[in-house]
Amino acid sequence: MPVAATVEFRNVTKRYDVRAKGTPGAVNDLSLSVPAGKICVLVGPSGCGKTTSLKMVNRLIEPTSGQILIDGVDAATREVTELRRGIGYVIQQVGLFPHQSIAANVATVPRLLGWPQARQRERAEELLGIVGLDPARYRDRYPAQLSGGERQRVGVARALAADPPIMLMDEPFGAVDPIVRERLQNEFLRLQEELAKTILFVTHDIDEAIKMGELVAVLEVGGKLAQFGPPDEILASPASVFVARFVGADRGLKRLSLSRVRDLDLRLPAIARVGEDCAEARRRAAADPFPYLLLVDDQSRPIGWIPDQDVPPSGSLTEAMAVPMSPLLNRRTTLKDALSLLLDADVQAGIVVDRAGAAMGLVTMEMLAERMRETAGDPRFSPPPEPIDEEPGAAEAIGA
Amino acid sequence: MELPGEVVAWFADPANWTGTNGVPNRLVEHLRLSGISMLVAALIALPIGLAIGHTGRGGFLAVIVANLGRAVPSYALLLVFLPIFGLGDAAAFPALVLLAIPPILVNAYTGLREVDRDLVEAGRGMGMTELQLLLQVELRAAAPVIIAGLRIAAVAVVATATLAALVAGGGLGRYIADGFGLRREDRLVAGALLVALLALIVERGFTFLERRTLLPGDPRRPSAADLAPAPRADIG
Amino acid sequence: MIRWEWITSNASQLVEATLDHLALTAVAVSVGFAISFLLSIVIVRQRRLASAITGTAGVLYTIPSLALFAFLVPFTGLSFLSAQIGLVSYTLLILIRNIVAGLDGVPADVREAADGMGYGPARRFLSVELPLAMPLIIAGLRIATVTTIGLVVVAAVIGQGGLGQVMVRGFNFRNDTAVYTGAVLIVVLAIMADLLLAGIGRLVTPWARARGS
Repeated sequence: MPVAATVEFRNVTKRYDVRAKGTPGAVNDLSLSVPAGKICVLVGPSGCGKTTSLKMVNRLIEPTSGQILIDGVDAATREVTELRRGIGYVIQQVGLFPHQSIAANVATVPRLLGWPQARQRERAEELLGIVGLDPARYRDRYPAQLSGGERQRVGVARALAADPPIMLMDEPFGAVDPIVRERLQNEFLRLQEELAKTILFVTHDIDEAIKMGELVAVLEVGGKLAQFGPPDEILASPASVFVARFVGADRGLKRLSLSRVRDLDLRLPAIARVGEDCAEARRRAAADPFPYLLLVDDQSRPIGWIPDQDVPPSGSLTEAMAVPMSPLLNRRTTLKDALSLLLDADVQAGIVVDRAGAAMGLVTMEMLAERMRETAGDPRFSPPPEPIDEEPGAAEAIGA
Repeated sequence: MELPGEVVAWFADPANWTGTNGVPNRLVEHLRLSGISMLVAALIALPIGLAIGHTGRGGFLAVIVANLGRAVPSYALLLVFLPIFGLGDAAAFPALVLLAIPPILVNAYTGLREVDRDLVEAGRGMGMTELQLLLQVELRAAAPVIIAGLRIAAVAVVATATLAALVAGGGLGRYIADGFGLRREDRLVAGALLVALLALIVERGFTFLERRTLLPGDPRRPSAADLAPAPRADIG
Repeated sequence: MIRWEWITSNASQLVEATLDHLALTAVAVSVGFAISFLLSIVIVRQRRLASAITGTAGVLYTIPSLALFAFLVPFTGLSFLSAQIGLVSYTLLILIRNIVAGLDGVPADVREAADGMGYGPARRFLSVELPLAMPLIIAGLRIATVTTIGLVVVAAVIGQGGLGQVMVRGFNFRNDTAVYTGAVLIVVLAIMADLLLAGIGRLVTPWARARGS
């Protein structure tokens, strides 16, 4: 099987019998194209048809009209169980088979495909390792013995088992707590860097969509596509009032989460080592616009700040002179998290350190504000200001 | 086949409706035996079942009783008690009581155990005594299950009382026993019909009561309590 | 009161009666299970038929066994067949209820995951739904078996063998020992059958044991 396939929706519509109760949302003339190897997130409020659209790819739901093409071939023309065995499928409650061991669960599709036993076993162990579960410990356990996060990992491993070119993921991290969810998201992104599969990912959480997606499709109630594009575009230029509202009034902040510290132009402020001559340090500090001197140890690790005017005119620098360190950031920290850290610590600046802990740059609030300004883009729609007497939460009924 | 005709003729014969061997009398005998057995069984089983259900202690007793009740066939019970009590209804009585106890006890216990804990806590919080809680809250909530237990017991008793006739007792089973003994198929089938009808009426009657006591919003799905219909009649 | 010499001198008859009893039970439960299984699949596919099927099984269950056997005798005589028809009828309600409940109890997300991964309907039934329904199916078999063991006793009335026959003959000939022995053997048989099936149940469901370790 090819490493990744393209997925294309062509005028896909799903209509349900109006009389039937409790049916999922319909889909209305959906057309979008996902290039191979990309993560496309379908996001929107309840009833927008995102899950329905997803399920039409592996034909758990059949479209009323329109086509879904996988690598150019209409999915409807393929034999359905053969189609499904070539598509990885991860759902929120995972759906692990309680009566089978973890290894057997992971090897499900290989087993359906008739792989030899030995190869099934090997593959299962390999995948458990990939998703961060020690095969020796988990292979023979049963789903009931695992925690929610562990089960979710097994679900992903199971979907990857036959190395499918496409993965469908329906709120896969929704059932675990936020801490676990974040870890799973990060690990999955790292995994995708290696595997580069085409992934269709459904979520109702706009933050997750921004974080996970290379392409984001915003759907509105009734199954219509409101906007489709890279996350930055959705945030910078929402195509309608609905999209603007859905991404939230804090979209400027959200955009900060798309950039990382390494994207900034990092420079070091004035630096001095412990034991250095004060007079020399004082001169250097005065020359630098930033009003503080950074005191570091002999391995360039930050110790604290000394205000320029407090650097003694003579003698050597000691640790005691410095005010304790403000937040330390690394190059991977998102700008949004950086802002958050600075605000929490109530400081104007943070120091960026490398993997060894050595200081390598300065991040100030001003730099962050500048960043927000310069990439603002052209908002065609800003949500109208909320009337003051509107009930909090009523506008959010669109359900982010 | 002449059998249906013979059976109809049997029912049409007024002689079969009078006297000791007439349907009304046999029916009364049957109901009396069943009724008294049920009463005694309930007097024994309900207090115990409700007590252990309310306190939650002694659940193992319910389990033992349930298993024993299931494993011991009532017909065998009948035969066992005979040498002790002699022939006639008296012999059947202890066996019927023993038969009826397990379903009543077990369902009283499970019914109370399954009462929503929130209800109980709310009641306690409002200052109800344990007895008030039991009578006013738990009993009402557990009523369907308790009645189901009574239903299962009643049907079992009515059916097994039929067997009592085989050990020279009375009741509607007399017709079946005589039918076998005298090789009179009309009586045999007529008796069978009467017994079957009685059992069905009793079952329906209790089911109706059961449904009436369901709290509004109770999804009428078979619970664990009646997924395992306890030892029915004569089956043991 | 108990005459042990009677037991020892009639040991072989007792064994034979026990085996007869077991045979009657085994046949009835097997046939009952086959029929119930098929009917359960029908119910699961066509819910509308559910109340008709379980209603009929329920009525059959409520009819006192003696009456049922009495109905059958004019038609099928005092025979193994009569006994079997009656015995099988009593197993239906229990087994159908439990099989259907077992199949219904398979979690929806497990079913969805199976479909999504490419299980065809038949394979899904055999590999996923049936194994997960096992605990309830086995529970039903246990109850049906113990119930049938008891019922076979009544079949003595229509001339079938088994331990019921031992008890009835004992009763007729005022042989208390026979009566008690028969009763005890029946109870022992029922308990052993129950334990055996419970053991099989545990063997067949290793995942249930692994819970929370």
